[in-house]
Amino acid sequence: MFRITVMSETRKLLGEAAERLFEKHCGARAMRAADGGEIPQALWRALAEAGYPAALVPESAGGPGLETGDALSLLLGAGRHALPAPLAETMLAGWLLSAAGLALPGAGPLAVAPVREGEALAASRAGAGWRLQGRATRVPWASQAEAIVVAADCEGRNLVALVRPGDCRIERGANVAGESRDDVDFEGVRCVNAGFAAHDAAALRSMGAVMRSAQIAGAMQRVLELSVQYAGERVQFGRPIGRFQAVQQSLAVLAGQAAAAAAAAEAGIEAAARDLASPTVAVAKIRAGEAAGIGAAIAHQVHGAIGFTQEHRLHYWTRRLWSWRDEFGNEARWAARLGGRIAAAGADRLWQGITAAG
Amino acid sequence: MGGAKGLRFDPPSHFPEGERLRAEVRAFLAEHLPRRALTEGIGSWGGHDREFSRKMGARGWIGMTWPKRYGGHERSALERYVVLEEMLAAGAPVSGHWIADRQSGPLILRVGTEAQKRHYLPRIAAGELSFCIGMSEPDSGSDLASARTRAAAVAGGYRVNGTKLWTSNAHRADCMILLARTGEAGEQRHGGLTQFLVDLKATPGISIRPVHNLAGEHHFNEVVFQDALLPAASVLGAVGDGWDQVTGELAFERSGPERFLSSFALLVELTRALGREPSERARIALGRIVAHIVTLRRLSRSVAGMLQTGANPAQQAALVKDLGTALEQEIPEIARQLLDEEPDRAAARDFARVLAHTMMNAPSFTLRGGTREILRGMIARGLGLR
Repeated sequence: MFRITVMSETRKLLGEAAERLFEKHCGARAMRAADGGEIPQALWRALAEAGYPAALVPESAGGPGLETGDALSLLLGAGRHALPAPLAETMLAGWLLSAAGLALPGAGPLAVAPVREGEALAASRAGAGWRLQGRATRVPWASQAEAIVVAADCEGRNLVALVRPGDCRIERGANVAGESRDDVDFEGVRCVNAGFAAHDAAALRSMGAVMRSAQIAGAMQRVLELSVQYAGERVQFGRPIGRFQAVQQSLAVLAGQAAAAAAAAEAGIEAAARDLASPTVAVAKIRAGEAAGIGAAIAHQVHGAIGFTQEHRLHYWTRRLWSWRDEFGNEARWAARLGGRIAAAGADRLWQGITAAG
Repeated sequence: MGGAKGLRFDPPSHFPEGERLRAEVRAFLAEHLPRRALTEGIGSWGGHDREFSRKMGARGWIGMTWPKRYGGHERSALERYVVLEEMLAAGAPVSGHWIADRQSGPLILRVGTEAQKRHYLPRIAAGELSFCIGMSEPDSGSDLASARTRAAAVAGGYRVNGTKLWTSNAHRADCMILLARTGEAGEQRHGGLTQFLVDLKATPGISIRPVHNLAGEHHFNEVVFQDALLPAASVLGAVGDGWDQVTGELAFERSGPERFLSSFALLVELTRALGREPSERARIALGRIVAHIVTLRRLSRSVAGMLQTGANPAQQAALVKDLGTALEQEIPEIARQLLDEEPDRAAARDFARVLAHTMMNAPSFTLRGGTREILRGMIARGLGLR
């Protein structure tokens, strides 16, 4: 009559292998070196060898043939390690390219654009190829990518195109975690390759939102672990601060937020594998994003002054939490959309909407 | 995934078969949900309606997971979950069997004698027998181990003296599961407690006095035992095992959909009052609340699945209740900022009336079934901090 779903064997093995790789390449030295926004080369080589950047590319297109949910679950681990590399973005680029029947250009990191709502790129025929019009801001890792994959409108059709970063005018920037976020001017840029696909920029943002939710859930897990560990080690008034009820109550709240972020991210991953237009995508980004702010605040309160320094590693996660919650649409953006759907359906369909969202 | 070591949540089971049952429940509600005041039973599981409880019993929706030989239906915890959440979301009057279905029945099934199981369980499953919980006392709330109501062994049974307080539905219930002291506490403080099945309608020496809540509603009571004689056969479980039995019972009490749907009626009326095209501010608020509920449902169903597999997710249940009750309390605070209407229990507008009732019941959400502070202490224990 019913079945218990356990984590698939594939996902478990994949998670364990990824954990070993992340653990090896995200040590203190690598994290410090990457903090300026450079992608550690050894890390990227290892990721590429493992096939993770192409995780969303189907087997028929040369990918590793992972289920979408399994592939996206890699990002939970990536978040837990504050992976200083554009794994999510390259996965996203690979997903777009393969949807358009295009091959990945190489083994290097890729960027995607546009990522912000309200920004649109247009493409038009130019001889045998296409030219782009428009500008995209805060494009993750554009300046360090081997190629930028764009979702553009081409006379009402969704065009996915591959662009050389060297052909674009790029203004470098960074998010508060020091991850590269660059403004890219695509005006007149010729596409290296392009194809039509079912996915538009909105689908790109939905997938990106689920990815950030998963990264947030992973980072929340780590922030909880670090805080519990620190509360057990730091002694004040003759005992570990974790013995004080006030601190215990705060950490319990943090655990609740971490659990909520994980549940929301998992719901989002399931939805993304099924239907990117699902309201559950919004649920994931709204709930994980809210958890990020509360979680980071409690982690810092528990860690005291040392956690507020560059010397302590906590900031690798908290600065990412503060960045990721605003990327691919913040909570308010997604909540307005979800709330609009709920309101339009009417009060008497509210509960049906909730049960349908899984 | 989720939570640190010791606070693992299994992903909720996929349960497509549940959708057929859900449709059945919705059809049943469309036919049988009594027309009544929207505000009746807010925060107390929809109010007390014996007739409705019997109808649910006849459909096989009480004691769903219990063995058939005791009147149960041997269905899964997840099927039961579907029925529970549909009833709560519709505001159905389920409080007549809620306690018995949720915790008294499962406790009897777990530790009761064969005779107790045969006597009580089929009647509960039929929706005929209503239970209340005799745990809290005037000086014993969160610190349940300090209970002072005493059951002294006498010829043929026990003589009970003491006072229970905050006993919801004692004035309507047929039976109480009473926690009383039968011996000394011992060093761990948890010894010497025993649970009893008490027939409230036919036991002399029991007086029940209403304690009205601040909304003027009569849900809970003070129950005074004065030389009430209980037969030896009324002992539930083992003498002296009361503490372990009670804590096991509470895991079932803490993670269900009643821990995040207490304010759902208000959310429905808020959505209705806002209309189909509300302001951006209102859309953002609605979307956020719905995102919370969807997430809580997932966590709550995860705990239901873990209970089904025989695990003891007490700390996970505490976490779900803590998150869920926080949202329940937040909903009236958000709703009142979205519409310029004063809460009024006698208002013609549904929204103002439901707001008033929800707001006035909200303080209880983080008190009943374990206070927020006690729950967070349990979560901290799950994190290895105590």
